[in-house]
Amino acid sequence: MDTLLNISSTMLLVAFILYLLATFFFGATIRDKRNKSKESKAGTIGITITIIGFLAQTVYFITRWIASGHVPVSNMFEFVTFFGMSIVLGFIILYFIYKMSVLGVFALPIALIVIAYASMFPTEVSPLVPSLQSYWLYIHVTTVSIGEAILSISFVVGLIYLVRTIDQTKSSKRTTWLEIVLFSLLIFIGFSLISVIFNVTGYSAQFEYTANNVTMTTEYQLPAIVSPYEGVLITDGVMQPWFDAPSWMHGADAGRKFNTLIWSVFVGLALYGLLRLVLRKRIGAAIQPKLMKTKPDLLDEISYRAIAIGFPVFTLGGIIFASIWAQEAWGRFWGWDPKEVWALVTFFFYAAFLHLRLSRGWHGEKSAWLAVGGFAIIMFNLIAVNLVLAGLHSYA
Amino acid sequence: MNKIKCECGHVNHEGTVLCEACGKPIEGNQHIDGNDKTRLLNMRYDGSARRSQTYKKSIIDKIWNFFSSVKVGVWLIVLTLVASAMGTIFPQEQWIPANAVSRDPAIYYESTYGIFGQIYYQLGFYDLYSSWWYLLLVALIGISLVICSIDRFVPLYKALKNQKAKRHETFLSRQRLYSESDNVSKEEKQQIIKSLKKQRYSVRDENGHILAEKGRFSRWGPYVNHIGLIIVLIAAVLRMTTPMYIDEYMWIREGERTVIPGTNGEYYAKNKDFILETYDKDNQRFEEAIKKEGVVAKNFETELVIYKDQTSATGAEPKLEKLKEGSTRLNHPMKFDGYALYQAGYQSNEFSSMSFKVHETDDPNETAIGSITIDLTSPKSEYKLDNGLRVVIDQYFPDYYLDNGEPRSKSKYPKNPAFVFFIYPPNSDDPEVSFVGIRKNIDATGENEYKLGLQDFEMRDVSGIMVIRDYTLPLFFLGGVIFMIGVIQGMYWHHRRIWINPKNGKLLLAAHTNKNWHGVKTDIEKAIANTNVNMVKDQQELPG
Repeated sequence: MDTLLNISSTMLLVAFILYLLATFFFGATIRDKRNKSKESKAGTIGITITIIGFLAQTVYFITRWIASGHVPVSNMFEFVTFFGMSIVLGFIILYFIYKMSVLGVFALPIALIVIAYASMFPTEVSPLVPSLQSYWLYIHVTTVSIGEAILSISFVVGLIYLVRTIDQTKSSKRTTWLEIVLFSLLIFIGFSLISVIFNVTGYSAQFEYTANNVTMTTEYQLPAIVSPYEGVLITDGVMQPWFDAPSWMHGADAGRKFNTLIWSVFVGLALYGLLRLVLRKRIGAAIQPKLMKTKPDLLDEISYRAIAIGFPVFTLGGIIFASIWAQEAWGRFWGWDPKEVWALVTFFFYAAFLHLRLSRGWHGEKSAWLAVGGFAIIMFNLIAVNLVLAGLHSYA
Repeated sequence: MNKIKCECGHVNHEGTVLCEACGKPIEGNQHIDGNDKTRLLNMRYDGSARRSQTYKKSIIDKIWNFFSSVKVGVWLIVLTLVASAMGTIFPQEQWIPANAVSRDPAIYYESTYGIFGQIYYQLGFYDLYSSWWYLLLVALIGISLVICSIDRFVPLYKALKNQKAKRHETFLSRQRLYSESDNVSKEEKQQIIKSLKKQRYSVRDENGHILAEKGRFSRWGPYVNHIGLIIVLIAAVLRMTTPMYIDEYMWIREGERTVIPGTNGEYYAKNKDFILETYDKDNQRFEEAIKKEGVVAKNFETELVIYKDQTSATGAEPKLEKLKEGSTRLNHPMKFDGYALYQAGYQSNEFSSMSFKVHETDDPNETAIGSITIDLTSPKSEYKLDNGLRVVIDQYFPDYYLDNGEPRSKSKYPKNPAFVFFIYPPNSDDPEVSFVGIRKNIDATGENEYKLGLQDFEMRDVSGIMVIRDYTLPLFFLGGVIFMIGVIQGMYWHHRRIWINPKNGKLLLAAHTNKNWHGVKTDIEKAIANTNVNMVKDQQELPG
């Protein structure tokens, strides 16, 4: 059993490294002074490495499945990892339709960020609680994940479109928003980075706090900037918290999660500041020249195409399969649980997108901004709803 | 109705923008689709005459036009989206956790979330999804769906049915993809047709005017998926307003047989056993996770026997016949005759019986003189011992607690049973009073000769079972299936048309698709390979 799990986690690491490597090869395709044949060669190597990486991750998935006895999408680590894998799959499919190497330069790093983020959650194989013991777990969760991943590709392409076309000669609302989007990606990197650093050093600080008349302890793996509401530090010789979490933040471990968020934003800000110092211009402005070879209308079409492909898949998995499972498990196919509501919000959002695009001619930049907004909703549903708005899905 | 006759001879409805047959822009109507301001033609509905764009006078016209506007539709979607999201800021009423300060919304929101919680409560957001305005929004979306679809489907259908292969040159040159070529031979033309057919286009040749078309059915996708959504909305209305939906809850004790609520007394259920299993701590596979998380539940299950009442008359003594035996567990409801029983909860803290022994108060060995067993579901009022001693239950508190020094029962369920016993010594009518409960044994006077001691007890589980009968499910399912078919039809197929028309010795090539322009360009490239025909130019490349 242990050997299988070892193979599994090694293969995940291999996949991670291969995706990283592939990103560099795709990066070579957008260098300014390359000729066409060298460019396509780098692209071919890039996609080959990506596919090998994807296969490695598939081995991770299958071995973990065998080792745990159930499909590995049952907790936050497993689900988010699978989501990263789905993004890679979505990228591979769209790469073969459109042969656009620049997709890899953006899609793979996003998949990497997602996988890195996933591995910050507990990675042990956990047993399935009764509510998850259903083959609908396999069907519902994998379909949702693939649907959301394809929709995420539309965000990736939309982002490329925005970086490519937004006028960077002067500062404007649009350049600011674009920087905010890029900065939010850095927050994720900040989260992974800071978690790894303090994991390696084995940092631990315990707090005792009271919620709903029950005294609980929580373990911080990061130095406490903020303590749980009315929490008491019980570990000696560690950093004293600067302030208490507000009283309304009293979900399980809310203080710790808030602390992690603050750290992530701090590190994200530091990374952003560092990049600005090195580049001496907006990040968007620094990337833009590399993208001048790509055609905006093709980007626009791919972004839309990804939504056209992803929307039905998401609806099937996130609304229809979800309802069927809910009916089997709880006797009601719809219960206005926060996760359900946010799946509906996602559905409405992309429905609005399609109507705006098809009937009101929202092409190009407007459409790209909407793709970014859709991804924000997906991430909100994936992260905030699970971690903040506790509900039936909070096991994950 | 004013019909408009085009120069090609086709008679069009009032309000037509582009002639259904030849596509020539009809004078005076170009503002409708905004073609007067752009070089390219707006091909969204093929320039067909939509009611909403044609009649704008009467009240009915105005209502129709309001709901047929996609702008209004999108606004409704966005409003519903925002409203839905707001309902998740704090938990909805039904999701207030069981361990909350109070499950009364009037108290819970304010005490938990402060001033924002109070505002949330006062705005009625704690039950947002059944509020009249949320339902109204959904209803408006439903109306918009119907009217939008009818407004566009019928004219679009007619326009595509009446289209001719021969198109007016203005129509062709104002398409997004367009080219003109000289010196194209007949053979080359045949070669193109062959190639298009190979790419599964259906090709019409009208006197050398060619229309190659494929995937027209994808144009009906939106209307099909809207029908699916309407069916879902109808199902939702039926579920809310008719007895097609039954939702009941029952607590049923192990060994107990009780009528199933919501079945008009027709069905009974007996709880044979409630099973709660947890994962083994020594389970190698999950060792680490269990160490971290503590006990992890593995199975909740109730073994049930279902009986059906065979008597037809109401009020008669039920005559029960066994219908089905089986079990319900999470994710695997037990189904019979349209009903489904769901394992929804349990309680394992109820006593079913208690045994007491009677001994002399001053006996250090507490040797039993006799013992009694009380069945807590039907306690007797008096128990006689062999030696003539009598134990009388004066008061029974199934769920005992002290209310300002006054003993009371919280519920009728034996979760914490306590008794006031009268013990009559043999041949005496003068009882000794003692109060006995769990870890409580109080001698009221301090002079009792006999004492009761708890000897043994049995506990039993109570299963919480949800009873559901939902005849609207097939309708929801049908709506969902039709919606999916419509969405896939509309999204995974593309309607492509390629026109090849001769004009004054030149060959005009134009193409239109509702989406995936990359795809239609590739098709054209393949078709005109090795010919003199010029590749179409994309006349609408985005700036950048």
